[in-house]
Amino acid sequence: MLKKYPTARYVLLRSIWYFLTFLVALALNFFLPRLGSDPVDIMMAQGSYSSPEIRKQTEENLRKNFGLVVVDEEGNIVRDTVIKIDTVVNIAIDSVVDEQGSIVVDSLGNAIVKESRDTVIKERPEFVARKSSKISQLFNYIGKVFKGDLGTSFENQKPVSEIIMEALPWTIALQLPTILFGWIFGNVLGALAAYRRGVFDRVIFPLALLMSSIPFFVFGMVLVYFFGVVWDFFPAIGGYASGITPDFSWEFLKSAGYHYILPFLSIFLILAGGQAIGMRSMGIYELGTDYIKYAKWLGLKETRVLAYLFRNAMLPQLTGLALSIGTMVGGALITEMIFSYPGLGLTMLKAVQTNNYPVIQGVTLLITSCVLLANFTVDILIALLDPRVKASLTMDSK
Amino acid sequence: MLKLLKNLIKEPMFVIGVFLFLTTVFAGLLGPSLYTPQPRSEFGYEAPLAPRGIEVDLSKNTITHWVVHRGDTLYAKETIKKDSLGNMLNNTALAKYWIGTDNLGQDYVALLLRGLQNSLYVGLLAGVIATTIGTLVGLFAGFKGGIIDDILNMFTNLFIVIPSFVVLVLVSTSFPQGRSLTLIAVLIGFTTWPWTARSVRAQAASLRGRDHISLARINGASNLQIIFKHILPYLASYVFMVFIMQVASGILSESAISMIGLGPLGEGATSLGVILNTAKNQSAITDGLWWGIFPAAIVITVIVFALYLLNNSMEGVFNPRLRK
Repeated sequence: MLKKYPTARYVLLRSIWYFLTFLVALALNFFLPRLGSDPVDIMMAQGSYSSPEIRKQTEENLRKNFGLVVVDEEGNIVRDTVIKIDTVVNIAIDSVVDEQGSIVVDSLGNAIVKESRDTVIKERPEFVARKSSKISQLFNYIGKVFKGDLGTSFENQKPVSEIIMEALPWTIALQLPTILFGWIFGNVLGALAAYRRGVFDRVIFPLALLMSSIPFFVFGMVLVYFFGVVWDFFPAIGGYASGITPDFSWEFLKSAGYHYILPFLSIFLILAGGQAIGMRSMGIYELGTDYIKYAKWLGLKETRVLAYLFRNAMLPQLTGLALSIGTMVGGALITEMIFSYPGLGLTMLKAVQTNNYPVIQGVTLLITSCVLLANFTVDILIALLDPRVKASLTMDSK
Repeated sequence: MLKLLKNLIKEPMFVIGVFLFLTTVFAGLLGPSLYTPQPRSEFGYEAPLAPRGIEVDLSKNTITHWVVHRGDTLYAKETIKKDSLGNMLNNTALAKYWIGTDNLGQDYVALLLRGLQNSLYVGLLAGVIATTIGTLVGLFAGFKGGIIDDILNMFTNLFIVIPSFVVLVLVSTSFPQGRSLTLIAVLIGFTTWPWTARSVRAQAASLRGRDHISLARINGASNLQIIFKHILPYLASYVFMVFIMQVASGILSESAISMIGLGPLGEGATSLGVILNTAKNQSAITDGLWWGIFPAAIVITVIVFALYLLNNSMEGVFNPRLRK
C-alpha cells in the first residue's frame, strides 16, 4: 500500500498508531479513576442529605452522569424490579397468666412478663436502576467524548467542555511559546558549550545541570517569592489584574503581559537548562565524527562548522522533545498552580480539591490529547526534515 | 573495575555528587531517629531563630515575653504582669527553632528530616521498580527481536506518549483514602519504566549480533542464560546510570504529585512534596514566609542535583567519546 509514496505511507501509519494510542488513553482515562473505590460512593459520603429519598435521587443522578446506569432514548434510567425480602421480627410482650387467668406477680408485686417472638417474611418490590456493564460504559464514554460531551461539573453544573474551553487558551498561550523558545535557546547554548568546551563549558554546563535539577514548581516559588513578594517587581499570582474583564482591550493585554513574565521565565529557564545538557552531549558526540573533523581541516569558518554541528545534533533533540513533552506539560501545569494562572493546571487543582471527577477526567483527557498531537507533529516533522529518516523510510518500503 | 573507580574519583563532579548524595542519605536515614524535635510552638509559622523566652526587668517589675506571630518578620513583644509569671514560665519551653516552624508550630528540622527520609524511600523504591521492569522489557525486546520486540516496543511507546503525570493523577484520585508512601512509589515505578525499556532495548539490540552471543547459543545456552549471563553484564554500568536517573525522577514525580494534593496521606507520611504543598496551601509564599518553602525546596534540588552529577560524571567515564 502506498509503496511509491513512502512519506505518505509513513504519515498514514503514524496516524493510525496515534489514533489507536488515543483509544487506549481514553480507556485508561475511563478505568483508572474507578480503580480504587467507586467515585460516586466517595462523593455521596461527602454530602449530607435531608432524607433518604433525596439521597437516593442524588446518587442516581450521579450514576447517570457517570454513565454507570442504563438509560433509555429519552434519558430516563431503566429500572428493574427486584423483589426484596425483608424479615421482620415481631416481639410481643405479655404478662404471665396463671390457670385462673390472673396475672402472676413477683415478690415485689411487679407483673412477670414474657416475650414471644415470631419472624415474618415480607416481600416488597423495589425499582433498582439497571447497572450497565463496564464495557458498555466504556463505549458510552468514548461515544460521548467524540461528540465533545465530557460530562457535567459537580460544582456548578456547567458542562466540563465549557470549563475547559475557558482555561485552555491560557495554557496554550503560556506553554506553547515557552516550550518552543526554551527548546531553541537551550539547544543553541548546549551546542556552544559542546563546541567551545573550556571555560564556557565549565561555567554554563554545571549551571544548566543545577537549573535542570530544580523542579519546575520550586523555581516558580522562588521567582514568586523574590520578584513577586520581596521586591514586588511583578504580580505574584493570577493571569491578569483583578477587576479587568478578559477582552482584547489594550488595558487587558498589558495586564496579561505583565502577569505572563514570571510564569514564562520559571518554565523557560528550567527547560532551557535541560535541553542545553542534552544538546551538549549530542554536540560532543557529533564533534568526534568525521564530517566535523573534515570540515575543520578544510578550514571552514567556525560559525559554519557550528551550523553543521547544530543541524545534525538537533534532530535527536527534536525526538527528545517529542518524548518529553508529556513530562514538561505536567511540570508546567504545576507551575500554573503556583502562579494561580487561570489555565488547565489551576482548573485541575480546584477539581482535585473538591473531588470533581468529571472535570479531572476532562482535563487529563485534554492534556493527553494535546501531548499526543504534539508527538504526532514532531514525528511527522522529523520524517520530513531528517534525510536519514527519509532514506530509511524509502529503504523500508522496498 | 578498579581503573574505572580511579577514573571516577578524578572527576570533581563525581566526588561532589557522591558527597552530596551520601550526606542526604545519612541525614534521611539517621536524622529522624537522632534529632529530638523541639516542642510544638503554639504560634504557628514561627520564624527561624526567633527570640524567645522571658526577659525579667526587676527595676520596672515587668516580664517581657517574646512571641512571634504568623507573617510578621518583626517579633512582637508582650509585656506580662508579674502575677502571671508562673504561668508564662510553663508555657515557654525556651525552644529555639533552627528553621522555624510550620503552620501547626511543628519544628521544621524534624519535619524536613522525616520528609527527606520519606522522599528518598519513594524515590528509591520507584527507581528499583521502574529499572527492573524497564530493564527486563528492554532486554527481552532487544534480544528477541521480531514480533516480541514489536509488541513490547508498541507498549513502551504507548506509555511514553501517554503522560505518566496524567496516569498518576487519575490513579491517585481513585484512592482518596489511604494513599501510603509505598502506593505512591509503586505507582511512579509502574508509570516511568518505559524510558528505561527504550534505552536498554537499543543497547541490547546492538549486542545481539556479537560473536560471544552466537557462541553461547551454539553451546546450547538458553535464552534466559544468554540474557542474564552474556548481555546484562555488558549493560550493567548503563543500567546503573539509568537507575540513578529513575531515582531522581521518582523523587521529582512524588513532589509533583504531592503539589497537586494527591501525594501520600497520613501521620508519618510527610514527604518533601507534602511539606511544600502544605506551605503552598497556607499561602506561605505570598505571605513572605520563606522558611516554609525554601528549606524543603533546597533539599529536593540538592538530592536531584547530586544524582544528576553522579549520572553525568559516570557517563563521562563510561563513554570514552565524552572524555576530554
